[in-house]
Amino acid sequence: MQERVPLPTSRPRRRWSYDRFQQRAAPYMFVSPFFILFLIFGLFPLGFSLFLAFHLWNPLDGLGNWQYVGWDNFKLALGAPDQFWVSLKITVWIGLLSGVPQHLIALPLAFVINQSLRRWQSGISTILFLPYITNAVAITIVFGMLYSENLGLLNYALSVVGLGPVRWLAQPDLVPVSVAVVVFWRYVGWNVILYLSGLQAISEDVYEAATVDGASKVQKFFYITLPLLKPMMFYAFTLTIVGNMQLFEEPFIMVGQAGGSGGAALTSAMHIFNVAFRDLDMGYGSAMAWLLFLAIFVLSMINNYLFSRGGGRQ
Amino acid sequence: MTTQPLETPIATPRPPQQKSRFSFGRAGLWLFVGVACFLSLVPFYLMFVWSSLPSSQIFAVPPHLWFGDALVGNFQKMMTATDNFALRQFWNSLYIAGLSTVTTLFFCSLAGFAFAMYDFKGKQYLFGFILITMLIPPLVMDIPSFLVMNNFLHWIGTPRTLWVPGMANAFGIFLMRQYIVSALPKSLIEAARLDGASEFGIFMKVVVPLIRPILATLGIVTFVGSWNNFKGALIMRLSEDSTMTLPLSLRKITGGATNVNADWGATLMMVVLTVIPLLIIFLFASRQVISGLTSGAVKD
Repeated sequence: MQERVPLPTSRPRRRWSYDRFQQRAAPYMFVSPFFILFLIFGLFPLGFSLFLAFHLWNPLDGLGNWQYVGWDNFKLALGAPDQFWVSLKITVWIGLLSGVPQHLIALPLAFVINQSLRRWQSGISTILFLPYITNAVAITIVFGMLYSENLGLLNYALSVVGLGPVRWLAQPDLVPVSVAVVVFWRYVGWNVILYLSGLQAISEDVYEAATVDGASKVQKFFYITLPLLKPMMFYAFTLTIVGNMQLFEEPFIMVGQAGGSGGAALTSAMHIFNVAFRDLDMGYGSAMAWLLFLAIFVLSMINNYLFSRGGGRQ
Repeated sequence: MTTQPLETPIATPRPPQQKSRFSFGRAGLWLFVGVACFLSLVPFYLMFVWSSLPSSQIFAVPPHLWFGDALVGNFQKMMTATDNFALRQFWNSLYIAGLSTVTTLFFCSLAGFAFAMYDFKGKQYLFGFILITMLIPPLVMDIPSFLVMNNFLHWIGTPRTLWVPGMANAFGIFLMRQYIVSALPKSLIEAARLDGASEFGIFMKVVVPLIRPILATLGIVTFVGSWNNFKGALIMRLSEDSTMTLPLSLRKITGGATNVNADWGATLMMVVLTVIPLLIIFLFASRQVISGLTSGAVKD
């Protein structure tokens, strides 16, 4: 390498300048709030909760007064007859009861709106989206009144037809259904909106080409719409799984903290809440929270697997 | 209907659905969508009707399905049932949701702007890290955040517990970055820089005015999320009459939805108080919110 001779015209190396410094530092300053907050309210708590999962601790005993118990918390939760298993089953059951119909209704609804009622689309979307933004506590109370055994509107309607009163919120096998209806009601519109935006991303050209090739309406739906909507379906399914597995407010308000008669609607999130914040057993609660996280993760992976297997190219 | 043979050689192509003729298929579609809309709206209608009925008529047989004249009476009963704290609790909710919204908008758009418009070392990793944090289910954070607030910061029972942790959140930063990347040209920033503006000055004076639509979307989403936050308030023990937020207060005056002895007129009045701000906000900006929320979901 030859010696670099500074050209006489070139300026000497710039000294430290405020302008340059603030240009360099600005982006780091701008993104730092997230990382500072995440450190305090995210990363540290996460680590702490993992630490606690292996300990026995009541927060009233103060920091440091915890007792190492190894895997005991996890073993306790996974022991066959334990409440955690029961609550997990209930969670999945309510999740299926509300989640499956959600998509079975939302998809055709979005399809119909997109296909034939486009002019009314924004008005219809607004109406269907309203339940999604509404306060869960408030709306669950309204549904609770509808379900009321002697005086509710639902049982009144049944009595008009000559059917006896149904104990919507007391009969253990009906309680999950009653809760699932509220969850279904709140999120079906959100899924319609997701599917609508997915449908609108499909180019008209594809349909025109299919028409030219002589495809029928049904064929177009199964061979064009569904495959092209797959990424959105995957996204919507994932949101439903992750949301339903953490179900808390609807059953908590509707049937009370203990999950109603026989704990028929005691979801895992409620069980964890009770163990941690009512019984103040933070170690056991943390262990179960991590197990539930694992369950959510596994279900999401299964969903992912099913979607990637079914479509190949997407 | 007569199908006429083509008389003119050049048939102008009709836009689809120019004639909306009656057909059973079409009626079926309308019925399907109509029932869906009806079922979406019924609970809202009922809550408004019930809030205007005296408690004795809310559960009457046969049911009253039209408005009554007990609105003022129910309001008074709500105030009594909450020891005159109902309006205070409305304010508490407003205070937390408002602070949450303002701070979230500020910090998320600032970070989104940095990720969209600057090239800096480690940018990919930092942004990737933020995206990964979105995968943590909120449920896992419940216990540890309570412990941090309780045993380390001693914030339990204060509104801070609800708005501080979420000020700069992954979803908001992601939303902002996507919008700024697609909506603002980099040359704009350079031009402002040549004019001698500081980096933060550029953000405040050039960027913020240009990203108003997405600020509105994120603002409403944040406000609604915070306004509806029940579990957070429950965990962080905003349980005094004077610190309670509306959802907690609602639960307190019903004592759960199955409590037959609750004062339903008062309860329904509070339900309406909780839901009305959401309806007002949403009726003004639903299109904006819906399109903003789903714009990120369409691609990929």
